[in-house]
Amino acid sequence: MASMAVGATARPNVLAALRHSGASPYLFIVALAVAMYFVLGPRQFVNALTIGAIYALVALGYTMVYGIIELINFAHGDVFMVGSFVSLFVLTNVLGQEGSASDLGGIVFELAITFALTMVIVGILGVLIERFAYRPLRNAPRLAPLITAIGISFILQNLVQIIYGPSPVNTPQVISPTARVDIAGVSIGWVNIFIIATAIVLMVGLQLFVSRTKMGRAMRSTASDREAAALMGVDINRTIALTFLIGSALAGAAGVVQGLYFGNIQFVIGFQSGLKAFTAAVLGGIGNLAGAAIGGFFIGFVEVTAANFGYFVWAQAAVFMILIVTLVFRPAGLFGQQLGERA
Amino acid sequence: MSAGQSLPAPVELRGSGIRSRLSDFSDRHRSISVLVGVGAVAAALPLIVLLPPFSGFSGQTVWVDGFTIAGIFILLALGLNIVVGMSGLLDLGYAAFFAIGAYTYAFAASPFYGNEFPFWPMLLVGAAMAAIFGIMLGAPTLRLRGDYLAIVTLGFGEIVPITILNLSQYTDGPNGIGGIDAPTIADFTFPTTGNPWPYYLTMVGLIVISMILIYRLQNSRLGRSWMAIREDELAAAANGINTVTTKLLAFALGATTAGLAGVFLAAKLQTVTPNLFRFDVSFTVLAMVVLGGMGNIWGVAVGAFIVFMIQSVLLKQLNLFFDNVQIPILSEIDFLQYQFLLYGIALVAMMLLRPEGLFPSQRRKRELHTEEDAEFGELGDPMGASPE
Repeated sequence: MASMAVGATARPNVLAALRHSGASPYLFIVALAVAMYFVLGPRQFVNALTIGAIYALVALGYTMVYGIIELINFAHGDVFMVGSFVSLFVLTNVLGQEGSASDLGGIVFELAITFALTMVIVGILGVLIERFAYRPLRNAPRLAPLITAIGISFILQNLVQIIYGPSPVNTPQVISPTARVDIAGVSIGWVNIFIIATAIVLMVGLQLFVSRTKMGRAMRSTASDREAAALMGVDINRTIALTFLIGSALAGAAGVVQGLYFGNIQFVIGFQSGLKAFTAAVLGGIGNLAGAAIGGFFIGFVEVTAANFGYFVWAQAAVFMILIVTLVFRPAGLFGQQLGERA
Repeated sequence: MSAGQSLPAPVELRGSGIRSRLSDFSDRHRSISVLVGVGAVAAALPLIVLLPPFSGFSGQTVWVDGFTIAGIFILLALGLNIVVGMSGLLDLGYAAFFAIGAYTYAFAASPFYGNEFPFWPMLLVGAAMAAIFGIMLGAPTLRLRGDYLAIVTLGFGEIVPITILNLSQYTDGPNGIGGIDAPTIADFTFPTTGNPWPYYLTMVGLIVISMILIYRLQNSRLGRSWMAIREDELAAAANGINTVTTKLLAFALGATTAGLAGVFLAAKLQTVTPNLFRFDVSFTVLAMVVLGGMGNIWGVAVGAFIVFMIQSVLLKQLNLFFDNVQIPILSEIDFLQYQFLLYGIALVAMMLLRPEGLFPSQRRKRELHTEEDAEFGELGDPMGASPE
């Protein structure tokens, strides 16, 4: 499908040139963001960006895994959920934190430790899942790994439910939600700034890793043609494991952020956020990293807008409608695909 | 599963005695053997529960009531088997069609709207409603690749209960719709308590009819097309199968069965609430199909029955048992809590160790054990081959 668009000849007018350069979806997003700013007002706009950042981080894992082994990793949402609980464990049981930290040094120290530990632990969890649940089935019919993915998803959910109970659990909000700063007359929480900045740093880092490093090139080549990549000396198993490591570590970071921002987590958040993040990945063109990130922010806007106008209960249904409509009318997503040519 | 699976299952030599004659007979007279088989099981179950230890758990009435509910899950598993087992499409929102069937009857035969349509024709209407929704959802999405279908159905499975929950003015939201009419035959109204037999027998009848129809479908041109698509969609299309229509029919027929089960559920419980149709129902039914052996009609029926009995009887009895014997740690554990953990482990283990299920379908077994196929299996699935 993507190849058809590429083959089209550019006509000498502005619209066609735009379409040819592939910039029009990005312009659409910018225009949407500006419109959203005026519809929602600055405060809700920042809120939407923050929630969107979380979805974007989770969506990256979906899109990377799908790009490389064409598997919808249903367990990914739950990996994110496990990340939020690991961060809770690190904060309360390892660092002994309760409530908000008081001084800047403490905040930096605790967040650094929490992010590092959570990302490592959750990354390893992702690698283990790949090793034991997906790798043995790599040549099996497609249905088999999908079913194990669902199985893993339920195992993770229920383990957390058994350990932490079914009700929401409070997490220490290390950065106090009341700490705010005025930027151009708009009061913005430090926690929002921190989350958006962290997400952007991680995404830019990922983009650089995939596009500039040798391992990133191995990932891209594995995604576009596994056999040819192997012939060129790429260690396929290691590359796929690395993809799971990075994707899961990003989900772990999103898990930390989730606890930090909302102050409570529950064993079901993986299922709900996972579906939304997956929608974001599809919206951005599955396999496309930048697309997944933008899709995440888009979903954040949809959700906050729905809540803002009193339709919060419909937000989830709206997200699924977006998913279905995208799949039907633009299965390659708004931005087409980057890692390999699929769907 | 395709021939790419290399499973070290023992080759079964078929004896030439009574057993082979029986199996020949059942191959030639499918409908009769289904009728006799289901009838025999249905007659035996209420008798077995009179024996210890089953008689100690609860009385026969309660047991038969439980079997009726188990029957609903058997119907669901039979329907999902058409979609997942025969056609290889992963439907994760199957409970949505179940809900549509149930709410169709709830709208048609309850004081909430003041309607009093009779049960029997509504069985067909509910099934048809579910089929219509199945086609509406399937038509746009079945053109896409299989795993997108999984996620779209998952989304649909979430949308339906959310919609029912939030459209309170039409569905009474979380309270659900109560006072649904019981089925009647002439002047006889099905009793809600005391006598479980009318519902039980109706359920047995529904299962027999569905099983016969599904067996006939399986051996029809359509059924063979489903299996061809499951094994290799590209090759099936190249051989002249219209894959979209064929998959759509699988989807619609699966939904039909769920609709049927839904109408029966509404009539049995006489109340429906959106919580009856959450994701866990879809997941439970999927576990039943996978455990029983995707593609094998008897297998999934037995799988459904076993899973339902494990969740509704075994886990409860374990709780009671360990409460009574006062073993320190075990009596603290609520075994019901582990239900979905067990399903999850079972799904992963089955896929890794025995993907053809506990009761594999004969066709798949045969595929896996002829010599050419074994050779072909060595070469691996060309679509998913990876150099390792």
